[in-house]
Order: sequence, then C-alpha cells, then structure tokens
Amino acid sequence: MLHGIRSTFDREFDAVRTELLEMSVRVDTAIDQSMKALLERNTEVADNVINGDVEINKARFKIEEDCLALIATQQPAASDLREIIAILYMIVEMERMGDYAAGISKTVILMEEEPLLKTFKKIFKMAEISRHMLSDSIQAYMKRDPVWAREIAIRDNEIDELYKIVFQRLIRIMAKEHDMVARCTYLMWCSHNLERIADRVINITEQIVFMTTGMLKEFE
Amino acid sequence: METPEPVFKIRDLDFYYGSVLALNQINMDIFPNLVTALIGPSGCGKSTFIRCLNRMNDTITGTRVEGQIRLKGMDIFGPGVDLIQLRQRVGMVFQKPNPFPQSVFDNVAFGPRVVGLTNNKSELDVIVEQSLRRAVLWDEVKDHLYENALSFSLGEQQRLCIARLLAVQPEVILMDEPCSALDPIATLHIEELITELKNNYTIVIVTHNMQQAARVSDFTGFFWLGELVEFTSTVKMFTRPENHLAEDYITGKMG
Repeated sequence: MLHGIRSTFDREFDAVRTELLEMSVRVDTAIDQSMKALLERNTEVADNVINGDVEINKARFKIEEDCLALIATQQPAASDLREIIAILYMIVEMERMGDYAAGISKTVILMEEEPLLKTFKKIFKMAEISRHMLSDSIQAYMKRDPVWAREIAIRDNEIDELYKIVFQRLIRIMAKEHDMVARCTYLMWCSHNLERIADRVINITEQIVFMTTGMLKEFE
Repeated sequence: METPEPVFKIRDLDFYYGSVLALNQINMDIFPNLVTALIGPSGCGKSTFIRCLNRMNDTITGTRVEGQIRLKGMDIFGPGVDLIQLRQRVGMVFQKPNPFPQSVFDNVAFGPRVVGLTNNKSELDVIVEQSLRRAVLWDEVKDHLYENALSFSLGEQQRLCIARLLAVQPEVILMDEPCSALDPIATLHIEELITELKNNYTIVIVTHNMQQAARVSDFTGFFWLGELVEFTSTVKMFTRPENHLAEDYITGKMG
C-alpha cells in the first residue's frame, strides 16, 4: 500500500478495501447472530439474519462494480491488479458465507420448539473457530501476510475434526431414537454450513497468497 | 443530489472549415468542478470542438459556426463579446509546453500584467506564488524564479503553462493533449494536478490516450466523424458503453 503519485487511484482503492472490511464484519455478524438464534431458538433473530443477507449481497455487487471501474479507468498493474482480482474472489466467498449463515437461520425457523442436544457444544465450537478464521484472514489480507494466511488455512483441520465428531454422534442418535431424526438432521445442516464457511475461508487465504506472492495454489 | 447548473451549454453546434462540416449538431453540457474528457480518432472533431469553447477557431479564416454555446448563460458568439475576457475566463493548455522565453516569474506574471489585474510587484509576488503552488510547481521552482523557463524539463514547463493560465483566474481550463509531449511520470504529475485543479476549476481535456481519459475524467464524450456519438459518465463509458462505435474504439477494434 505504498502511496505514490497516483493519489486518485490510491484513494479509490482504499475505499474498496474499506468496503471489503465492512462486508467481512457484516458476514461475521451474520454467523454470530445465526448461532445466537440457534442457541436461543429465537426466530426473530433468525429472521434478521435472513433479511440482512440482502445487504451482504448488495455489498458484494457494490465492491464488484467498484473493482470493475478501477480496472477500466485506472489500469492497475502487478500487485495492484492481483489484489483487485483477489478482492473479486474474496467477496464471492464472503457472500456465500452469508448464505450459509442465512441457511442456519432458516433451519432455526424450521426447528421451532425442538429441544436441544448435547452435541450442540461442538457445533458452537465450530462456529467460534470459523469466525476466528474469517477475521484472521481479513487481518492477514490487510497485513499482506501469506505465512499467516497459510496458518489460518491449517485451522480448517480442527473444523473438519469437529464436524466428523458431530456427524457421527448425530448418526448414532438417529439410529437409536427415531423421533430424534428430524432434530438431528437440522443440526447436521447447521454443522455442515459451518464446515462450508471454514472451507470458504481457505479460499480467501489462497487469494492472499496469490496477491502477495503471485502464486496460484490450492490449500488442501 | 441536485444536478448543478452546467458551466457550458452547447446546443446544435455546427462548425465549418469553408464548406466542410467538421462538427455536426453537437449538444453537450459541461458541469462545474468536473473533468470532461473528449476522445475519438484523429480528425473526429474533438480538437475543433474544444477550440470552439473559447473561440480559438476565430483565428482560422474561412471558418463558420452555427448553433449556440453559452458560458454561464452568456452567448459566447453574441455581439459585444470581449474575446480577451472570454479567453481569460476559458484558458487553454496546448500539446507542447509553450512558455515564453523569459523567467518563470515573468511567464506567470504576464497574464495579470496584460489583462491589467495588477502591476504592483508585491501583488504580483502573491499571484505568482499562488499560481505556482496551485500548479504544484512552487517547490521545484521557488529558488529559480528568475531563471529562463526554457531551462526546465518539459513536464515542469507544462505545469508552468498551467500556472501562467491560473494567474488570470480562469473559470474553465481547456487542455488539448496536454501530456502528449511528456514522459509517463511527468504525465502522471499532470494527471494528479488535473484532479487537484478540479476542486476550483472546470476542466475539459482532449486526449488521444484513452487510458488517460479513463483515469482523469468524470465524463467522457466520444467523437466520430464530427459527431458526438456518446457522452456519459467515464465509468459507464469504459465499462458499459452503449454505442457500438464507442465500444469498438475503446476496445481497439476500430481502424
């Protein structure tokens, strides 16, 4: 983010970076609130997350438009160009995360008064780690730190491990108690969405590596 | 946001070189404190058009204008229009820097002396410094004010020409290919200057360099065979032009 003589470009680019930051906060809030809705069985909170997803989608299109204008009018090159391309990917990933959060909220509405299960704790752990991964990835982006990005991606293993445990437990419960099937399936959806959110963070970290090093590489 | 009153209102403008129609029914509004860029292939009429705005074409014999150009309501072709005053209000910067072979100071003080703004040395000092500062040239020349302007780099000379123009307090600055003689860094300096100047002035720039139009302007007009084919916001022009000729020109498919 060296500011040179192209101050117009720098200013417009900084505005896009700020928009990206704001979008990430919206997405993080959506995940947080969807989990609150799940914990409290609060359909009002769930509704808010679902309705708020429109704003996340709007933010994505706004940033896309701004990047389009930057490319068309300012002819970014090298690291600037890579960063804009990275941003275009990152906002799609975040937009999808918003959809997953809305998905959790929709599940909450479907669950209505179903009682909770013990497995629940692990699902919350998944949400907590995913949110950390997301906010860390945005910070790694702001700091242009590909090493940190790689470390964040590795945390997905924790998520996968938790998901596996949750999944197996829910299957076991379902096999034993048939009247629990619906309840367990709903929770399975929620945990699946959280697992997907973490996967989307990995895609963001790949973009950070691309923009900082120029390397296109997939983290497993 | 309310649309501001245009600085220039151009209506049904035709321009002839002898019997040749060079501009055909141009309609355009030029808005204050914005940069309007004019692009198009050579001979499309963009330079002819910009030279209509301060009646520079009057110096060419056999030319004729029809239609109307209003500068803040004043018909610039109307009877009794003072050309010197018009060109003081609507200044012009040319392709090649053209400072007078005099000192930096005298170049900038020339206008205020000629139009009778002032002849007082201390007042001139203020105007010269202010103009050079506005042209982002002061720091480079402040210790060389009495050196010959021609001893400076082309980029500095061009900024000096802009400072010379600012000294007579214009409202509009016309720029006809102001960077075509400059290297990329000097070009970026002028472009940044343009962005800076639009806070206080209205700017119209003709450029062959489409990327430059994209970088510096708010509105872009595409000229083709003497007609204004598309006139729209610069972002729209460079992302979603409506006219296929504009699209072909911008994407380099033309010619």
